[in-house]
Amino acid sequence: MKNILGDRRAAFVLLAPALLVYSVIMLVPVVVSLGYTVFEGNAISGFEFVGVDNFVRLIGDTRAHEALLFTLKYALVVTVGQVVVGYLLSLLYVFGLKRASGVVRTLVFFPIVMPTVAVALLFQQLFSIAPTEGVVNSMLAGFGGVPVDWFGDGGSAFVVIAIMDIWRSMGFYGVLLYAGLVDIPEDVLESARIDGASGWKLVRHIVVPLSLPVLISSIIFSINGTLKVFDSVMALTSGGPGTSTSPLTISVFDHAFTYGEYGYGSTLAMLLTIICLIVTIFVFRGSQRDLTKDGPR
Amino acid sequence: MRLTRKTLTRGAMATVAGASAFALMACSGGGGGAASADSLSVLVNVENAEIPAVLETLAAGACSEQAEGMPLEVDTTPQTNLDQQLQLQAGQAALPVLFSAGNAPSLTAELAEAGHIADFDKVLGDLGIADQIEPAAVSTIESLYGGFRALPFEYNVEGIWYNKQLFAENGIDEPQTFDDMVTAAETLNAAGVQPFSASGEQGWPITRLISNYIFRDLGPDAMQKVADGEAELTDPEYVAAAQAIADLGAEGWFGKGVGSIDMATSENQFLNGSAAMFYMGSWFLSGLNDPEMNQIGVENVGFMPFPGVDGGAGDRSQLAANVGLPLTMNANLVNDDTTGWLECIVSNYGSTALEQENRVSGFALNEEVADVPELTSMVQEQVAATETTVLWFEALFSAEATTTSQRNAAPLVTGSISAEEFMELVQADM
Repeated sequence: MKNILGDRRAAFVLLAPALLVYSVIMLVPVVVSLGYTVFEGNAISGFEFVGVDNFVRLIGDTRAHEALLFTLKYALVVTVGQVVVGYLLSLLYVFGLKRASGVVRTLVFFPIVMPTVAVALLFQQLFSIAPTEGVVNSMLAGFGGVPVDWFGDGGSAFVVIAIMDIWRSMGFYGVLLYAGLVDIPEDVLESARIDGASGWKLVRHIVVPLSLPVLISSIIFSINGTLKVFDSVMALTSGGPGTSTSPLTISVFDHAFTYGEYGYGSTLAMLLTIICLIVTIFVFRGSQRDLTKDGPR
Repeated sequence: MRLTRKTLTRGAMATVAGASAFALMACSGGGGGAASADSLSVLVNVENAEIPAVLETLAAGACSEQAEGMPLEVDTTPQTNLDQQLQLQAGQAALPVLFSAGNAPSLTAELAEAGHIADFDKVLGDLGIADQIEPAAVSTIESLYGGFRALPFEYNVEGIWYNKQLFAENGIDEPQTFDDMVTAAETLNAAGVQPFSASGEQGWPITRLISNYIFRDLGPDAMQKVADGEAELTDPEYVAAAQAIADLGAEGWFGKGVGSIDMATSENQFLNGSAAMFYMGSWFLSGLNDPEMNQIGVENVGFMPFPGVDGGAGDRSQLAANVGLPLTMNANLVNDDTTGWLECIVSNYGSTALEQENRVSGFALNEEVADVPELTSMVQEQVAATETTVLWFEALFSAEATTTSQRNAAPLVTGSISAEEFMELVQADM
């Protein structure tokens, strides 16, 4: 086998099918999209070379800036929510529920299997104010509060989106991180306990450092997913009210497919790609530090 | 079997060849301009249930001969996704035979310019049936789309439907001016009745109020001036219109959660008597004439033109008129089979739609329709009595300005943005 893989021609032949399929379905569209950034137009009216006009427009486009800010805010809040809640769940599975965690894991995982539109409809009903009050507003009224038009204001609509997306994916991150935690050797935990570590100290100095690779993977998964959020926002608020919950992806969609501006849509998409790349590199670099080498404080 | 380098290489070569063939097949499929159609494919916005219903009736009756050779196939898409759908399908030369014209008339004009949309002057002229379309409807279509580029499957007038019983119980006469309407709304609200019902989710039922106010205040050419660059939406007299409608929202007269109210809910709020006034087009007749939907009773439904504005240049006789979201035809699929269908539709749609759906269309009636419901007759009389018609707020806007206007209508009436901000946002995208 070593001989075969050592042969460059054989290695190329083995890699070629996957590389070919990858190139056709991934790299070609990416390169074409990159090319669109210096053109303007659409498939109906044709394309015209515009040079750097799309980039100049991007610099002065306040709505694109607002969409970018919303994207970053959403990514930060939801990533922290997903990973923190997911990590807490995984700790609960491993140290609290232990072998009995199977049913709970399945139940909490379930929402990620449901179609996003179905989850969005569920949350629209939960938080509705008219024509009938949803469960949340009924509870508020029951406790003497005033029912809130959750989707009537950008701030409260964002809260609902964040709650929905954290609820939907916390089970997934719980399972992902659980897989990392069960890999921690029991004897390491045991010796830490003998040394007097328990509770928060055990988590802080033993569990977190030893589960760091999977934690970093989760953060990268999460941040890349949340930066590219589209379906849940589209299904829940369509970016509204107005454009107050509109992330960059909805702007890309609008410009490319509603306004027929493929060039500017591609420019916005490129901005998003660069942000994803920067954030991923940043998270990778930040994770190089070995936490186990820190002394106990 | 022993895995040698030779067999591995051969296997991999075969895989590469297979994958390449697959990729080539994948790349070559689907494209190309279809010049023939096996079926009469129709794409309609999902909110419009009438056109499919009437077409089905025609396929089973008057047009059964055509349907036998070319079966009817109706596909639907939400109106809010229609423009994207049309652009994508046009880009792939995959537009159906008949399809709803886009939300923004500018998109239809763009599609027409790129050769995707049939010129009905020529197509109907060649068939010798151009006289089957009402001239008023053709004129509306031409002013909207820059040519005879769509068929008037409906011809609507718009105004405010009101609940006569609620008005009578609260001692309100039909408002003649905007101020009268505000006073009526105050009275209704004080009596615990929601004065207006509107779908903020769709947005356009709210922006229609703004344009009507503009037409009453500044005259029927006010929006044309904006389109021509002679005026801007940010001019104080235009902002005043947005402010007037924002003020109705500030009082809470559109009810709770107006931004989340969809079209069906807004219709129900009027039809079940929980809201007293509802701005809508005459296409709403099918709901009004349906005893299951209309719980307030046909006898309690009144229709009034949008009221006048004191001292305004326009007046309430100038009804907003439109051809709904009309169907248009794929220029690349005009052939003997499809024109046979088209001829049958043009000749029979008017009477069938009026009889079956109480729909007033822009097609001539090929046979007398008896027992037209009272409300439908009333609308027909209104149409006949109208000399000057006006368009709607976004009629002459770009696709971007149309989207911005409709998305920001609910924030305007909930107070999230001011009237100035609303007009600035829309003007910026013109």
